[in-house]
Amino acid sequence: MTKKTKTMNLNFGPQHPAAHGVLRLILKLDGEIVENIDPHIGLLHRGTEKLIEHKTYTQAVPYFDRLDYVAPMNQEHAFALAIEKLLDIEVPIRGQYIRVLFCEIGRILSHLLNVTTQALDVGALTPSLWGFEERETLMTFYERVSGSRLHANYFRPGGVNKDLPRGLNEDILVFCENFPKVIDDLETLLTDNRIFKQRNVNIGTVTKTEALEHSFTGVMLRGSGIAWDLRKAQPYECYKDFDFKIPIGKNGDCYDRYICRIEEMRESVKIIKDCIKKMPSGPVKSIDGKITPPKRVDIKNSMEALIHHFKLFSEGFRVPKGEIYTAVEAPKGEFGVYLISDGSNKPYKCKIRAPGFSHLQAMDYLLKGHMLADVPAVLGSLDIVFGEVDR
Amino acid sequence: MPITVNDLERTVNSGLTTVIKKSEIKFDQLFISIDIKDLSSTILYLKTNNKCRFRQLIDVTAVDYPGKEKRFKIIYFLLSPENNLRIIINSNIEESTKVPSIVKIFPSANWMEREVYDMYGISFSDHPDLRRILTDYNFQGYPLRKDFPLTGHTEVRYSEEKKKVISEPVKLEQEYRNFDLESPWEGTEYIKDKTKKNEIKEDA
Repeated sequence: MTKKTKTMNLNFGPQHPAAHGVLRLILKLDGEIVENIDPHIGLLHRGTEKLIEHKTYTQAVPYFDRLDYVAPMNQEHAFALAIEKLLDIEVPIRGQYIRVLFCEIGRILSHLLNVTTQALDVGALTPSLWGFEERETLMTFYERVSGSRLHANYFRPGGVNKDLPRGLNEDILVFCENFPKVIDDLETLLTDNRIFKQRNVNIGTVTKTEALEHSFTGVMLRGSGIAWDLRKAQPYECYKDFDFKIPIGKNGDCYDRYICRIEEMRESVKIIKDCIKKMPSGPVKSIDGKITPPKRVDIKNSMEALIHHFKLFSEGFRVPKGEIYTAVEAPKGEFGVYLISDGSNKPYKCKIRAPGFSHLQAMDYLLKGHMLADVPAVLGSLDIVFGEVDR
Repeated sequence: MPITVNDLERTVNSGLTTVIKKSEIKFDQLFISIDIKDLSSTILYLKTNNKCRFRQLIDVTAVDYPGKEKRFKIIYFLLSPENNLRIIINSNIEESTKVPSIVKIFPSANWMEREVYDMYGISFSDHPDLRRILTDYNFQGYPLRKDFPLTGHTEVRYSEEKKKVISEPVKLEQEYRNFDLESPWEGTEYIKDKTKKNEIKEDA
């Protein structure tokens, strides 16, 4: 007598701690084996692109903080770069260094969250408690420079909003001294941990070709052994002044992606140290009064500065007609902004290319034939944040 | 051997002579315009050609120009990691045009095309699973079209009487205020600026 089997449909999320936000998965299961996954996204869709079309360029910047809210400044960076290229203005060298400094802080913020929550998904609680302590320190740096821990609105077209406050550089250096020890501690908990390895090694394996076919970028691509990093390949800002390595994986599984992220954090610490050491003095934003607002002091003394200030925050500046695609290496992968300007003070179209979108799409391909318990492990290693997937 | 963007333009123009309507290089990126019926063959050529090697599809999007006869422009972004080059392919289409799907060439086009369908209402032929993706279940209309209002048409709330979430037409306490702050005097070229620019040019 043959036993009759039936596939089961399982609804996972949208409220589930391992879904990393509001993800709804419709799983088709044969016993415990996943046959098919249909991710339903868009539960956090806020219409960012539509809203940006109705705002001036200055007003649109904060929307980028709310995309990947784990590393906000990296997103602002792509938008600022797009506008600067269309306007054909250059950011002063100190401004560029500050940008790189905070992009790398953002990378550590994001990787710390991802590595520790990936561990949490497979049953390790301690790493996230240790990791979040460090994230808190990093977010105070964000706060000291911009006034808020998350939604910074710090990278503005033409430079950054304000210069670093006194003493911040020294505090970041102190952090850089202590942080590698924390990475070591995290590694003692995870890297050789038997349970962590059993849950991650050979799970969600991606080959080189498949990674390219599925539009993977960032760690997802590097984990499969393709040395592709926009900071090296298409250096934007002053990344060519820095010496850093691109860690790549061998097997393209969840474990390799974890290792890549750990190593990338170490490289970021190096860049941050180097950046502070080399940081030149000078202005932090373009001195073109038609693009960047004047200093508070000048507004009190100069009529022209007052007019500039008023016009910039009411009408905003106009961007010459044109279209451009710029991309930055955000912690999660290639974050791109496609901007069309019609010559007015508002973007005609702003398409945001979020790395998480194509990563999440590959869920079905990654998990076919795996066990149900591997779903959170793979999801954790994809590094998904719904702010950017749903936009 | 990596090629430059100028080499690429030459290669693409000779390989796809009959297809390309316009090609130009802006900000080190190659932009080409094609007819929509040649889309699949162009993308397949760019992906498989030994010199081009655009092996990664970065994104698919569209732009709405309500005044034009061909209302939408659909745009494909490709990346070649080996050559370190990008190419941006666009094509003007009418509202009713069915765009050939490229899911067979790039599996990742699946969601990207679904997003374009969801946001602009452009439909794709031979797409395996053309459903809405980002908007709510049972959503009506196409949000990124220019004639779709920013506030939308409906809003949802929890109804105490019906004990469920209901959607109803948007009621605004106050009209959406769209201030027109653009200065009508902008764009004057002052003689002073002109002379300054000339001076700088002479110095250089």
